[in-house]
Amino acid sequence: MTTIAEYQAHSARENVEAALQKVHENESFHALISTTEARARERAEAVDRGEITGKLAGVPFIAKDNFLAYGAPTTAASRILEKFEAPIQATAIEKLEAEGAICIGKANLDAFAHGGSTENSTFGPTLNAFDQTRVAGGSSGGSAVATALGIVPFAIGTDTGGSIRQPASFNGLVGVKPTYGTVSRFGVVAMASSTDTIGVFTTNASDAELVMSIMAGQDNKDMTTLPDFFVPVSAGDKKRVGIIKQFMTDDVDAGVRAVVQDYVQRLKAKGYIVDEVDMPILRYALAMYYIIVPAEISSNLGRYDGIRYGKRAEGAQSLNDVYGKSRDEGFEPENKRRIMIGSFVLSSGYFDAYYLQAQKARTLLIQAFDELFKNYDVLIGPTAPTPAFKLGENSEDPVKMYLADVMTVPASLAGLPAINVPGGTNPDGLPVGVQLIGPRRSDAQLLAMAREVEQR
Amino acid sequence: MISRDDVAYLATLSNLQLGEQEAADLQQDLEHIIEYIHQLDELDTSGVEPTYQVSGLENVSRDDLIDTYGLAPEALLALAPLAQDNQVKVPKVL
Repeated sequence: MTTIAEYQAHSARENVEAALQKVHENESFHALISTTEARARERAEAVDRGEITGKLAGVPFIAKDNFLAYGAPTTAASRILEKFEAPIQATAIEKLEAEGAICIGKANLDAFAHGGSTENSTFGPTLNAFDQTRVAGGSSGGSAVATALGIVPFAIGTDTGGSIRQPASFNGLVGVKPTYGTVSRFGVVAMASSTDTIGVFTTNASDAELVMSIMAGQDNKDMTTLPDFFVPVSAGDKKRVGIIKQFMTDDVDAGVRAVVQDYVQRLKAKGYIVDEVDMPILRYALAMYYIIVPAEISSNLGRYDGIRYGKRAEGAQSLNDVYGKSRDEGFEPENKRRIMIGSFVLSSGYFDAYYLQAQKARTLLIQAFDELFKNYDVLIGPTAPTPAFKLGENSEDPVKMYLADVMTVPASLAGLPAINVPGGTNPDGLPVGVQLIGPRRSDAQLLAMAREVEQR
Repeated sequence: MISRDDVAYLATLSNLQLGEQEAADLQQDLEHIIEYIHQLDELDTSGVEPTYQVSGLENVSRDDLIDTYGLAPEALLALAPLAQDNQVKVPKVL
C-alpha cells in the first residue's frame, strides 16, 4: 500500500499493525528513532469504534523527531533532548489527529535538523531506501525513507533550506516545502525562524495536497502564520515555465540534468511553454544562507542551557559550567559549527560585513524572483546537483556538504513554495527529483501541476 | 584567518566549553566556511534595504488572554533536571 486511499480501505487496527510490522522488517534502514506503539494502538481502537472520524481516519503516519508529540520522547536526534518527553503536541500533529490520522513513530534526522544527509544524527545515519550504501538525504531523512519503504503513506518533516525537498529527491517522493507561514510551527523544535517551514512526504501529489490542506492555517500560537489560503485547485490554464539556467550547468550531474530535461518534455507535451531563464544572483544564495541561518540557529539554540529541560552535564560546579558543559556534551559537531558561525557573523566588528550584507543580498534575491514571476508562473530545475551520495562521502568537509543545498536554499530565503517531484532515475537506478518553485501562496497550483504531469 | 583565540572567544559567546581537539577542528572548519561565505563581499548592495522577514505580515496582534496550554507548573518543573520546592535548582550563583 502506498497511497492514503489504499489505507482508508482497511481498519485502523490493521493499518497500525501493518505499519508497525514494516517498521520491524526495515530496521536496518534506521528510519525511526522510536515508535509510539501504545498510543497508536489506543487511537486505532478509538477510530474503529467510530469515536474518531475525519479525512484521515485510521491512516498511519510518521513525524520527524523534531515535532513535539505524545507517546515517545522528542529528541531532535540530539543528546541534550534524548529523554525529553513533550508535555504538549505540535499544532501540525494536533490537526492531523483531529482528522483521525495516527502517528506510529518518530523519524530520524540530522541533530536539530542541521545537515543534508541524516549522518549528523546522534543515533546514527538513516540509509537510502534504494541503496543502503548511500545517504537518505536530510535533514528529514528518516521521514523520507519511511515513506519510500511503504511503512506509512505519508510522513511529516521540516524544511529550512531543503530538508524535505532534497531527501524527497534522493528517495523518489513528492516533498512539499510550503510558502513561509503556511503551517503553524508551534511545538516544533526551532532552527532558523525566518525560513523554517513544515511540510510532507508522499508518493503522489494528491496525497500531499490532502495532508497540506489539513495542516495549513492560521494559528494564534504562531504569529507568523498566514491567513488561511491553501485550497486544492485543478491545473487550469497552461502555464509558462522557466527552467533556471544556473541550475543546469556542467557542474550538475549529467544524469540529473537528463531527468530534468525529460520532465520538461513531459510539460511541453501537456501544453506548457518552457523557456530558459537567467538568474545570476543565485550564485550567492548559498553564502547568504550560511550566514543568515547560523545566525538564527545561534540564537534559537541558546535555550538549551541544561537548566529548565534537557540533559544537564554531571559534576558541573558553577552556573557557567552547567551551560558550557551541558551544551558541549549535548550538541553534535555540526550544531557547534553552526552556533559558532552564527556567533561570528553576529559579533561586534563583523555584523555589517556578514549578517547585514547577507540580509541586503537576500533582498536582491527576492527581487530577482519577483521579477521572473512577472513572466513565469513556475520555475523549475533539479532539487539537488547529484543523486544520493555515498555515506561518508561529504562528511570530512562541511563546505562540500553545504553545497548539496545549493538549489534548495534560494526558495527558502525568499519564503517561496517549492516542491520536489520524482522525475525518474539516473542510469544507476537512483531516483532524481525535479524542483518546482512558485510565487508565494501558489502551493496548490504547484501541486496541481505536479499531479497533471505525474506518471502513475 | 581564524586564530585559536578567536575560537575561544566565539566559544565563550556561544556558551560552549570545547575540548582541545574540538577547538582545533573547529578552527579549521570555521576557516573554510568563513572563506566561502566571504564571497558575498563581491556583491554591490549599496542602497539596498535588508530583509528581516518574508511573510509580508505586519503588526500581528491577538487578544491579550492568558493561555497556559493546559499545563500546570508541576508539568513544566518535571522537565527540569533538578527541581525542589516548586523551583528549578541550579548551582550557587553568589
